[in-house]
Amino acid sequence: MPPTTNLTTSNSEGWTMISPGFGLIVFFIVLPFLSAIILSFTNQRLISPNPTEYVGLANYKQLLSVGVLTLDPKRNSNGAVVRDKNGALKYPRLRNFTRNNPQYPHIKGMRELFSWNVGDNQRTYILARDVVFIKAVINTLLFVLIVAPGQGGLALCLALLINQKLRGINIYRAIYFMPVVVSIVVVSLLWRFIYDYESGLLNNLLSSLTFGAFESVNWIGDTDFALGSIIVMSIWQAVGFHMVIWLSGLQTIPPSLYEAARIEGASKWQTFRYVTWPGLRNTAILVFVVITMQAFALFTQIDVMTNGGPLDSTQSIVFQAVERGYGKQDISGGSAISVLLFVMVLCISLLQRWLTQGRS
Amino acid sequence: MSRIKIFSLVNVLMLSLFFAKAAFCQTELTMWWHAAGEPAQMALVQELVDEFNASQSEWKVVITAFPQIAYNDAVVAAGLAGTLPDIIDIDGPILPNWAWAGYIQPLDIDESLIANYLPGPKGVWDGKLYGIGMWDAAIALVTRQSYLEELELRTPTLEEPWDAKEFQQALDAAKNSGKFDYALDLGMAWTGEWYPYAFSPFLQSFGGDIVNRSNYQTAEGALNGEEALAFGEWWQNLFTGGYAQAMQDGADRDIGFTTGKYAFTWNGNWAALGILEAYDDTIFLPAPDLGYGSKIGAASWQLSISSTSKHPDGANAFINFALQPHNLARFSEGTGLIPATAVAAELTNNYRAGGPMEVFFELSDSQGMLRPVTPGYPVMAKVFEKALADIANGADVADTLDAAVDEINANIQQNKGYGHK
Repeated sequence: MPPTTNLTTSNSEGWTMISPGFGLIVFFIVLPFLSAIILSFTNQRLISPNPTEYVGLANYKQLLSVGVLTLDPKRNSNGAVVRDKNGALKYPRLRNFTRNNPQYPHIKGMRELFSWNVGDNQRTYILARDVVFIKAVINTLLFVLIVAPGQGGLALCLALLINQKLRGINIYRAIYFMPVVVSIVVVSLLWRFIYDYESGLLNNLLSSLTFGAFESVNWIGDTDFALGSIIVMSIWQAVGFHMVIWLSGLQTIPPSLYEAARIEGASKWQTFRYVTWPGLRNTAILVFVVITMQAFALFTQIDVMTNGGPLDSTQSIVFQAVERGYGKQDISGGSAISVLLFVMVLCISLLQRWLTQGRS
Repeated sequence: MSRIKIFSLVNVLMLSLFFAKAAFCQTELTMWWHAAGEPAQMALVQELVDEFNASQSEWKVVITAFPQIAYNDAVVAAGLAGTLPDIIDIDGPILPNWAWAGYIQPLDIDESLIANYLPGPKGVWDGKLYGIGMWDAAIALVTRQSYLEELELRTPTLEEPWDAKEFQQALDAAKNSGKFDYALDLGMAWTGEWYPYAFSPFLQSFGGDIVNRSNYQTAEGALNGEEALAFGEWWQNLFTGGYAQAMQDGADRDIGFTTGKYAFTWNGNWAALGILEAYDDTIFLPAPDLGYGSKIGAASWQLSISSTSKHPDGANAFINFALQPHNLARFSEGTGLIPATAVAAELTNNYRAGGPMEVFFELSDSQGMLRPVTPGYPVMAKVFEKALADIANGADVADTLDAAVDEINANIQQNKGYGHK
């Protein structure tokens, strides 16, 4: 007889009790997710009288196709290379190859992602069919790579600071936690004012601190600063939440360990390194997994503050999924993006799991 | 509570029951409206509905109002769920999309009411009238007579608008005078539908378009042809040349012109009343003729009937009622929008012959150009908006317009030509 557990035998009360919650999860999470997978293989529109058709991998090909093209520089009638007034080599325009050119069918409709010079004169172009999506992926990965350690680390510092028995410490806890309670839409709107180019708080503050020497920066209107500005604001917004989780982890560490460390004459750093940090191991896994997942879901800040601009410097995966699925009425394209995002997050979660299990 | 009070309370209850009974005989028609949070317009709609309900005993219209920003989402969601109300109002350029998707049905309107209508407020798809607006909106190049005199510029007229060269001279004069932060306020802060509505007429005046309108099957040549490239370079130069801001904050858009930041503002007639209040020498200039005539966008919100309505006769009765000239005039008086017929215009203070905003009626009549009348418009609008924002931010003009063409064409193909014949 196979082994049975309490879960499967004569446990109808248990199943009855979880059925509302279980049903809601199936209805609002599992089913939409399954339908996203199915829809991503069709040409489903948001509203359309045309029947839905199976299109295979067309949506994925559209998103992920890349190509390579190597070009020789332009030469004049004598065969010498042409240079512009800065001395840089001139190359033929890509649109001569990617548009209406039957000799290059494999790169039809593609656009430049980036390019570099090879050898003396030739230039290699990496082309993508969907440049905006690829940029969204790159931006999102960059966002995750900076926000996960940045937010986790800052939250830990704050947790260590407020994990003291001081009078009024709860006031500080409340202050740090406050941005978490405020709606992210409101926070994004406020930061849009803070980052404003001409009359924003940040520019005014920096200008008065440096007695006018600081030149105003267009924080969310400049391609060099836009994503960084969103990252800083995002870290600030959710840091309080993770601080509370760290704090709960800190308070599970028995005071006797600290007392023992003090008797042994451990320095502050040694106490942290050999008592606090090992005691926070499980908390750390939780915090970093949660931050990673939340960071991949970057949407509201982009939607409210930049709409993906300027020049796609703040496009994100989820923003593109919504923009296409809803804004451009292309449910199948949006679904394909969602499925790709799921695969990415799944891979990273498995990697994190493998790393954390490998150590123990 | 005293006895008298109780007595009068009972009286009131009985009276209200009596009136409610009268109302019970009327069949209820539901109507969705996009202007929650705009008290002036909502009051006018309510007044109109109350008058209609009192004017006959068969139908009773009930309004549900949504804020504009959430309105289209609500309609699309209700359309998917099959729970649309009887009467909905629709933003003109989206109408073909909803008609094509089967959300709305053709109207049955008394021809005499719409005989001399402005072209903009008529929502036509596939040869049938699906929507009808009570007003239109128009855009003008707003400035002050004193600025024109100071900068020594000719005052352009409807017959003789500025050409591209004169417009450039005007911008240069404003910029070089040093009096203004920027010569021109284009309203870059208003993202979304403002871009295609306000800026695609410039492209059309250059001779290009968002899509080839002969059959709406391709944007190739229209949006990336020579004319469109010329438009793109011109557009980019407005920003790189320092005439306008690529990124503007909302406050500058709202009060920048009236606080002297800009010499010219490209703005709609809905903002005209406020500007007239600030400067008594405000003048409204026609759009510059950039080669193919002065153009401005046409079409605003329109009334239509959902395809799932069980009472299209009642809904049509309401719309016919709403289109009477005195109702059009009343909306215009209350909101500053352009009445849809000349007869109604004569009934208003602003748009009658000699009125301060008369020019807008003529602008709308003579230069108004509909945005592409195709179910693919919502996608085209998004693509166009992004292309213009990117070019303003310094993207390569030809590459950006090519990419926009590719995206529009791919979308048309995916939708099997959007049902154009």
